[in-house]
Amino acid sequence: MSIYMMKQETAEAKAVVVDDMFLTTDMPTTAGSKMLEGYNSLFEAEVLTRLKNAGYAVAGKTKVGEFGVDLLGETCYFGAEYEGESLQYPAALAVKNGDGKAAVVLDVNGAPRRGAAQSGLVALKPTYGRVSRYGTIPVACSGETVSVIANNGTDCREVFCAMAGHDSKDGTSLPESMTEQGKAAVNKRNKVAVLSSMLKGVNEEVQAKIAAAAEQLSKNGVEVVTIDAQTVAYAGAAWNILMSAELCNNVSRYDGVKYGYRTKNYTNIDELYTNSRTEAFGDFLKSAILFGSETLSTENYSKVYDKAMRVRRVIRDDMAAMLADCDALLMPAVSTLSYDRTLVERDKYLPYKENFFTAPASITGFPVVVAGGVQLVGNAFSEELLLDLAELV
Amino acid sequence: MKYETVIGLEVHVELATESKIFCSCSAHSFGAEPNSHVCPACCGMPGMLPVVNRRVVDFGMKAGMMLNCDINRVTTFDKKSYYYPDLPGAYQTTQWFAPVAVNGRVDIETSAGKKSVRIKQIHMEEDAGKLVHDISEGTTHVDFNRTSVPLIEIVSQPDLSSAEEVEAYLVRLRTLLRYAKVAECEMAHGTMRCDVNLSVRPAGSDVLGVRTEMKNMNSIEAIKRAIEFETARHIDALENGTEVLVQETRRWDDAKGKSYAMRNKETAGDYRYFPDPNVMPVVIDDAWYEAIQNSVPEFPEVKREKYIALGLTEYDAERISESIMLCECFEEASEACGNPKEVVNWITSDVMRILNAKKMTYEMLNLDNQALGKLISLTGDGKISRANSKKILSAMFDDRSIDPEAYAEANDMLIGEQNDDMILDVVKKVIEADPKSVNDFKNGKEKALMALFGKCMKELKGNCDPQQLKVILLECING
Repeated sequence: MSIYMMKQETAEAKAVVVDDMFLTTDMPTTAGSKMLEGYNSLFEAEVLTRLKNAGYAVAGKTKVGEFGVDLLGETCYFGAEYEGESLQYPAALAVKNGDGKAAVVLDVNGAPRRGAAQSGLVALKPTYGRVSRYGTIPVACSGETVSVIANNGTDCREVFCAMAGHDSKDGTSLPESMTEQGKAAVNKRNKVAVLSSMLKGVNEEVQAKIAAAAEQLSKNGVEVVTIDAQTVAYAGAAWNILMSAELCNNVSRYDGVKYGYRTKNYTNIDELYTNSRTEAFGDFLKSAILFGSETLSTENYSKVYDKAMRVRRVIRDDMAAMLADCDALLMPAVSTLSYDRTLVERDKYLPYKENFFTAPASITGFPVVVAGGVQLVGNAFSEELLLDLAELV
Repeated sequence: MKYETVIGLEVHVELATESKIFCSCSAHSFGAEPNSHVCPACCGMPGMLPVVNRRVVDFGMKAGMMLNCDINRVTTFDKKSYYYPDLPGAYQTTQWFAPVAVNGRVDIETSAGKKSVRIKQIHMEEDAGKLVHDISEGTTHVDFNRTSVPLIEIVSQPDLSSAEEVEAYLVRLRTLLRYAKVAECEMAHGTMRCDVNLSVRPAGSDVLGVRTEMKNMNSIEAIKRAIEFETARHIDALENGTEVLVQETRRWDDAKGKSYAMRNKETAGDYRYFPDPNVMPVVIDDAWYEAIQNSVPEFPEVKREKYIALGLTEYDAERISESIMLCECFEEASEACGNPKEVVNWITSDVMRILNAKKMTYEMLNLDNQALGKLISLTGDGKISRANSKKILSAMFDDRSIDPEAYAEANDMLIGEQNDDMILDVVKKVIEADPKSVNDFKNGKEKALMALFGKCMKELKGNCDPQQLKVILLECING
């Protein structure tokens, strides 16, 4: 199977691809899972409606890892994409192939940012609440954000602008007044901070990317400082807990009763549930469900889940304080620029480890731009500023 | 040994909002075709996001105020996870961490005296769907009409100690919530449901005994029977060691008059509550709080005292203040006609008789109360006969828009000034046609007058003031 669910002929300039986390009415939406194989939605995602209204056409859908929580799609029931032995992110491949001027993707656990970083593309994950999540497959709703991958910042900006704005169908969508206020409060400091605590465990190639980005910024007159922000390094651990807990709850609805995969092997309701889920969910997803379920148990709630929520608040406050003084926090998006097949197949915890880098923006809801293989995380509503900085790296 | 029963109640009440709690589907599907009031949101389909129905919060707050609760000015929604086919998302959105109302009080009165029952909290949540079992086919069907219909759960402290107190508490809750017009509270419709937590301990002890929870009771009478059975079972276990009491959930079988332990599977489980990230905390600002506070009605006792002061008997004042609909009818009609005593007579006779005949509850009363006041005035002024006024009232029950005066005029029921001549003509005709009755009356047979009177009335189609007719009739007979 190719990277597409379906491909339509479209006028190239206005074509976008979307990943398989977006509900579409003219093709199935599977979230990369056998559970939703052939699932046809009754309604489409709000962002697709907005893109169509803005003159875009959806050229096709790209594959995702099962419910979008893996590294780069390696857990997709319909097959992973490798180039040689190197794991590839399907949406990034589509953009590189020129199948659309951008890929619209749901950033649940950083996969789009890893994909963009490794492919040398630009990705924008906007401020949480600026783009409607109505009609996206819900996984980790407190952090997942509709994002864009494109060849350059200009295309990212254009597609983002076509999608953004208040949506009354999404209770977490920000009112226009708040967005206007937030944008007005963004002050350009001409200063970027490298977070030294986030350089842990990255290889030389990635270190070189960070150094190159810092140098480019300096050359263009941006002051580059280094901050040792210890709390941010706990974002990955906290996000693993919150994401898994929400995932566990959100995928509970797939029980074989109403839609999706139903086992043939049952004699009562308990077997219907258990066997449908056992047969349709992949191993990585199952481990995430079990982990998430544990974090929410009565026994663990306050010492695990609630603590992660508190950590989230601390990190958000700390990052906001840092961002009061500079335009962006510069940090890696990945530990390596290529995931080798043997590593992916051997280390089942790799997605949890890699979101050490992507979780700070996921857990805080702050916007982030990936460019030149690195991440620039900014304060809420600073998308424009981040995209400007991205031009420099 | 003497024992005392300790009872706490969890009462679920369906809120009477137009639409469901998180989507725009109609919340009123009692008796409707299965799955005719559903959308992707309340069917738990992926991609739909909950948007809180503000009316639900209005009603939740108002219920809290009726029960003397403190209102949480920031109230949040949480997810409660469990698997059941009638729960399409496999979670129920409820309020676990910051319920809308806390620390309330409901005052009751029984033969044991007055008592305050403390309310622990009131939380808002969504209802589940229904399973329909087809025994002949051996299949089960799911109906999602009821999913996401808004509920409040009213949790009391274990302050109740008898079936009588429980009844008084439930009746009081029902009255107050109906007064606030936030809920129907009809157990037979499932719009009020009750779980009973019960334990027994030696009288005077301050240690609670083993608690059991009883579900599945659909009338106050069934609840009373269940409490009596369960109390006896607990005492028997404590006194005679007939069984070892365990903390469990039991199902009440009203037909058999017994409670049964539910299968462990139905009750076991960890609900894994956590804040719903898709529902932002609801912040109740001063303006919102005050608007709801201003809509809280006077309590039944206050109304009753007011009515007694207006000259109503205690009995009538009690009857009217039983229902907010009767109160409104009484107050508005009295204001329109200026004669409260006459209004109460009409309500307790004609209005209640028609309600009864139509099998309507007080809560279903949908009269234009001002029009009723006008009808009472017109009748009192002799413009409409008493007999015709009943017919008009009946019509007003069916059509709220009827203006009694216009209706009477259109249907030849209005008694005009010029009618004396017309009555005289009719009376003369009747007397001429029935000289026997005239003679009988003259010879002392009182009944003969009534026969003549009836004939005249019939001829006039009831369209005249009876007093006036009687005077004219007597004048004619006596020459």
